[in-house]
Amino acid sequence: MEIQKENSMIKQKHMLADQFIELSQVKESGKKVAYTFVPGNLTELIYAFDMLPVYPEINSLQSGMRQKSKEYIHEAEDMGYSEDVCSYVKCDIGMMLQGNIGPTGQQLPPPDILLLSYTGCFVFMKWFENLKQLYPNAEVAMLHIPYQEGGKIEPHAVKYIKDQLEKDVIPIFEKVSGNKLDYDKLGEKLDLSAKAEDLLIQVFDSAKNTPSPIDAYFGGVYYIGPIFTAFRGSEDCLEYYQELLKEVEYRVANKLGPITPDGYMKEEKYRLVVEGPPNWTHFRGFWKLFYEMGAVFVGSTYTRVGGVYDDDFRHSSTDPLGSMAEYCLGCYTNRNIPQRIDLIESFIKKYKANGFLVNSIKSCNSFSAGQLVMMRDLEERLEIPVGFIETDLVDPRYYSYSNIKNRLDSFFQMLEQRKSFIVDDDMLPDDVLT
Amino acid sequence: MQIYLGIDLGSTTSKAVIIDGNGDIIGRGITNTRSNYEVAAQIAQNEAEFNSRFTLLQRKLQDGTAKGDEWTEVISHLENRFHLRQFEARFHRLFEVMNENASLVEDKDLSAKMATVLDRVKAGILSGLKEKFLSGEISQTSDFFRDLFSTAYMETIANEAKDLYDQLVALYDRSITPVENEMLGLEFADLIEDAIKSLPDSEIANNASFRKYLSEVEELTLKPTDYIGTGYGRQLLPFEEKHIKSEILCHAMGAHACFPKTRTVLDIGGQDTKAIQVDRYGLVTSFQMNDRCAAGCGRYLGYIADEMSIGVGELGPLAMNATYEANICSTCTVFAGAELREYLNLGEKKENILAGLHKAIVQRAFSLLARSGGVRNEFTFTGGVARNQAVVKYVGQMVSQNYGEMTINNHSDSIFMGALGAALYSSRRKE
Repeated sequence: MEIQKENSMIKQKHMLADQFIELSQVKESGKKVAYTFVPGNLTELIYAFDMLPVYPEINSLQSGMRQKSKEYIHEAEDMGYSEDVCSYVKCDIGMMLQGNIGPTGQQLPPPDILLLSYTGCFVFMKWFENLKQLYPNAEVAMLHIPYQEGGKIEPHAVKYIKDQLEKDVIPIFEKVSGNKLDYDKLGEKLDLSAKAEDLLIQVFDSAKNTPSPIDAYFGGVYYIGPIFTAFRGSEDCLEYYQELLKEVEYRVANKLGPITPDGYMKEEKYRLVVEGPPNWTHFRGFWKLFYEMGAVFVGSTYTRVGGVYDDDFRHSSTDPLGSMAEYCLGCYTNRNIPQRIDLIESFIKKYKANGFLVNSIKSCNSFSAGQLVMMRDLEERLEIPVGFIETDLVDPRYYSYSNIKNRLDSFFQMLEQRKSFIVDDDMLPDDVLT
Repeated sequence: MQIYLGIDLGSTTSKAVIIDGNGDIIGRGITNTRSNYEVAAQIAQNEAEFNSRFTLLQRKLQDGTAKGDEWTEVISHLENRFHLRQFEARFHRLFEVMNENASLVEDKDLSAKMATVLDRVKAGILSGLKEKFLSGEISQTSDFFRDLFSTAYMETIANEAKDLYDQLVALYDRSITPVENEMLGLEFADLIEDAIKSLPDSEIANNASFRKYLSEVEELTLKPTDYIGTGYGRQLLPFEEKHIKSEILCHAMGAHACFPKTRTVLDIGGQDTKAIQVDRYGLVTSFQMNDRCAAGCGRYLGYIADEMSIGVGELGPLAMNATYEANICSTCTVFAGAELREYLNLGEKKENILAGLHKAIVQRAFSLLARSGGVRNEFTFTGGVARNQAVVKYVGQMVSQNYGEMTINNHSDSIFMGALGAALYSSRRKE
């Protein structure tokens, strides 16, 4: 039987290539462009106006993977950005200063709208303030998403966002595009999103199997690609997830592990849940540190940063603006720390993980805040070994192989000792057992 | 007999521990880590084997003779002389190499002058050090060949050959590394015979029980049943993967073996500080290590000692005499050196500055402890720095200030905890 392992990846590659071609041709097509962020993105709305989205974070991570980020970061630091500023921001600014050449080598068009809908990361606001200086003709549409301080989505927060959409965001899009919002078109896209979201969750939940057919972190960044970026709400996106799910089901049926850069993962020794984004500058080497040790990620929080669909939330045409508001409110980094811990706990239990790891990001204060509390809490709640490493998103200066390797060696041995060490209460003095 | 070996190759010192089948330590070996890690590990292992034979000899005498306790002092004297013999062997080898290197100096006049000085100072340096060995002043855990020799040599040439001082220092620098990296192939039986012969009277040499047990101990094969290497340089040990283990786990295991109720371990080594949380079985549940900066570690103390031209071992006792702690703001070793000089310029007492520096290290370690989840009862302090009494004092203060009163453990073998843990892991393997 032919292994369908590559179809979804090939499809995603084509989708991306087409997207960047379309972006490079806006002068001819006359299409307008909205720059926006992944967490809390309103992609369906952008497409409902027949505009094209650009995601500066994605460009930064692509620059990191293509080994361009170092140069871009230097460019931004030469301009005066400090060493401590978010490396995504510096990489993006540096790329724009050097001609805004995208990951496919084609120039990206300037923004007509800077759509600042942000969830949990306050750096986004300063980021677009700076982009506004680089692109003074762009309109700024700001959508403020209140943090879920109380641990649940409050009706007044939904109303607050809907009001902003109606009164501020949509009118700016109508002005720039020259079209009124077509609610039917928006609704169709939202319903298509919901179908893809169902499939995405089936993919994530396949990690309940042993061996896990997916790697929910390193593989996960590919699985979330379409739905977190320019394709949510499209037929293409739905087809991608149908294809991906078929591949995953094939692996489940054949008891196969996920596909790594070195082929199918051979032996699943450790099942991990991870908090924090991956490092992009050494992506393959970083991944290899895990799959070589037989460690598979069965759950990750990073794959929830552009939307959490593990509970009942789905985009919907029933109340389009309300559904977009709830989507934004529910994004991972917009949730409070106890909610995030609960979510991680559910992953650890649901996917039968035997370790929890934090990859803390040197230049990301928003993501890193609270990670030590998470570790401590989960260690106490579940008596599970927890590990901590530090890297960065796209600044290669903060990827220290020996430091990471040394910590991971200890972490894997912590997991291993639970399997191989003879734990026998008879060996302990009585007072130790109390 | 079944014995298990643990080797902890640290950034500053290499330690080896041998345990018996009951998990009791029978031998400890320690040396300074050097450019050739394999030699450092081998020397530490040899030392631990020698020390094991002394322990076993002591055990036999204790159990097999009427006044067993009286042998303790005798064995201790004998061990001092044994170490002196080892020292002398390397001392003579170093002079040989220095003489060879002096003969290679192109300026023949200078070459001859250097050789003359070497001849002149050799006996004096050795006799000064001999006294220290015999009086038991030499600490086997911190006074290593390089340190002992260089201190005595530098002092002597500074006094006796001022005009050639720089050239003689360079000669030493060129010669010490190859000599330190050489295995001298010394055997226990030869060294102990020499040591016995050097005793002031022949009573022991002729004691039948002693001779019998000594010969039994000499004949023992101390080949480890299993072994594990750990520490900063563990990957450089010539061991298979299954004989290598993370130092985090080993320190935790060692601390737990000595103090079974331990829940938090703080290990301050040469360039790593580790805060480790363990469960009731001694299994690690989480840990934090310093990253990117080694300001809270032993090297910081080494740097400060160099800046003040005193031995590392003198820092703690001096700091204990402080009337208060000078405020050291810096969290960076190099900048702390600048603060130290500034305080000295201002006329601050060095005891108070040192107290401030010690406190600064502990504050840094405690920030790491907080990151790892704080201090849980009981708390065990391990690593080479745990022998510094001023650090121990501030650790105690900060534990009670931040976490309330709780049991703080500090074992006399604190520096060997990693090696002990490694030995225990090897003895408790399933296969």
